[in-house]
Amino acid sequence: MARLIRSGWIAGLALFLVLLLVATKLIQPNFGSSGLESLSRAALPFAFATAAQAVVVIAGGIDLSIASMMAVASVTAAVLMDGASDGQAVFVVVFVLLLGAAMGTINGALIVFTRVPDIVVTLAMLFVWEGVALLILKAPGGAAATWLKGLIVGSVSIPGLPTSVTGWIPKSLLLLVVCVAVIWVPLSRSKLGLSMYAIGSDSLAAFRSGVAVGRTKILAYATAGVFAAMGGLVLTMSTGIGEPIPGPYLLASVAAVVLGGVVLGGGRGGLLGPIIAVIILRLVRMDLTLLSVDPNVTTIIEGTIMVVVVMLGGLLAVRKGR
Amino acid sequence: MEQTQTPSIAVRIGRIAQTYPVLPLIILLVALVAALEVMRPGIVNERWIANTIKFAIPLAMMAACQTLTMLTGGIDLSAGVVATVSAFVMATQVSILGPTGAILIALLPAILIGLVNGFGVGICRVHPLIMTLGTGLIATGCLQVYQRTVIATGSSVPDALAWLGTGRTAGLPNSLLLFLPFAALILWGLRRTGFGRLLYALGDNENASRLSGVRAWQVYMALYALSGLIAGITGLLYVGLIKAPSLSLAAPLMLPSVAAAVIGGTSIFGGRGSYSGTIVGALILTVLTTMLTLLQMPEGARRILFGAIILAVTAVSARLSEHG
Repeated sequence: MARLIRSGWIAGLALFLVLLLVATKLIQPNFGSSGLESLSRAALPFAFATAAQAVVVIAGGIDLSIASMMAVASVTAAVLMDGASDGQAVFVVVFVLLLGAAMGTINGALIVFTRVPDIVVTLAMLFVWEGVALLILKAPGGAAATWLKGLIVGSVSIPGLPTSVTGWIPKSLLLLVVCVAVIWVPLSRSKLGLSMYAIGSDSLAAFRSGVAVGRTKILAYATAGVFAAMGGLVLTMSTGIGEPIPGPYLLASVAAVVLGGVVLGGGRGGLLGPIIAVIILRLVRMDLTLLSVDPNVTTIIEGTIMVVVVMLGGLLAVRKGR
Repeated sequence: MEQTQTPSIAVRIGRIAQTYPVLPLIILLVALVAALEVMRPGIVNERWIANTIKFAIPLAMMAACQTLTMLTGGIDLSAGVVATVSAFVMATQVSILGPTGAILIALLPAILIGLVNGFGVGICRVHPLIMTLGTGLIATGCLQVYQRTVIATGSSVPDALAWLGTGRTAGLPNSLLLFLPFAALILWGLRRTGFGRLLYALGDNENASRLSGVRAWQVYMALYALSGLIAGITGLLYVGLIKAPSLSLAAPLMLPSVAAAVIGGTSIFGGRGSYSGTIVGALILTVLTTMLTLLQMPEGARRILFGAIILAVTAVSARLSEHG
């Protein structure tokens, strides 16, 4: 029953996304494959931030340092790739992903060993990672390898399929699906994934059933760190430079997680819902821009939507608690 | 038996520290000042002390927002933006409404943002961190839109605020005129009034206080509105000190204000803390900042250090309260 409601929620979100796309087409009659491509590219860093947040929230935590970790990954990649050859860039990508895992592990380990609540530790780490990013690169700069930039620009071309079909699939969307699937699908089916849901649902019960609570939590944060590193990488890939001041990814990730059906507090939800939700949030922004609303007003509307979503999520949680 | 009658020195020090929690902080402050004097002999003089107090006052006032909200287990991350909004609105309205009108109108958005925070935290039960972060983002957007409507107006800081922010009388900064009554009011409010007691009660055990008839949502509404008001006043004082209203005016106060409250012994989990500790915490951070500037430490390293301080102090106090 609960499963049915959840898949119903995701189906509803997907339907809403389709309706929004239709509305976009009505606002801007020549909205087509290129519009879809730019939407997908703009949503990419947000989607990775959301995936990172979702993993941690499922495991019963919350990570406020995601945007700062993305900044660290972004500047590291940009600095290391400055003047590096294409071959070296591969190592840079691997290194940045490992760095993400390391940052996440540090977050998780600090939470487990200091026994300070997640929200406080990751608030402190938000400042620490922000400082690290500033130490690596004081002002926006660096570079990104050309082939990496090419990975997210344009649409896929699959031999054997006509371009009229493949032209509708942006490369950035494919990259997102592949990256998230490679990590999340095996993880959610493994014992570790089950343990993450278990500690998020009831950490004491999980402990009594023999789940290594501390280790699972650290691994959940490490996974989030890897997703955040991917987010930082695509940020550098899409702008071509590293940006030490983190963007508004934190609030967006929390709002998308709530909107995507992951309960703050843990134990329920998946990654599909939040990612659809974050694309919806980006599409709303794009529609407002197409309606030629002042970009600053767009920020206000977007912020209001996110706050209202979080408030409704809170109200629902209160209802459920009674 | 005899051992209990003559407690060891360590236990005695522990007891003294428990009765006067501000004492170790003051010792730390004095030690820092002494270290500074050793690093750069002659730096500590009357002028330096007045300057340090002048810069510590806006920080201590913004840290009041954090102290009050932290007592209930919350935090106010919108305080920096709120202070900026107030300062900017005031500076751009002076030429239209005159100083008094501008100051009054500038405090309205501050209280409004606070009320929205209180609504989200008290009624929708959103975590204060997320709620205040969100309202801060919205307020930043509003400020940018507002800035474009007043671009032609220009901005100015009224003489009275500049006098209050930067001036000195008989060697002491004028901002003490605002701060001393303010601090006295907060200290008295927390110790002697029902509202102050309610903050401690909610932070200590929210369920228990609800069951004993506290209308939690009303307290949260009042608390966050008050926090917004304090942040607004801080912004007005701070713009008198900096004299150049910008869209990122009070942003540098945000992180240190959380750190000041945490160093001052206010528990981020709620129920424990005092404003006197926060004031000393703000002084410690101001001296520490002078020190870091002397050491030419980059901005990044400073943020790392502040983050680490918050984490370390919280972890230690969590351990201590577990055993105590």
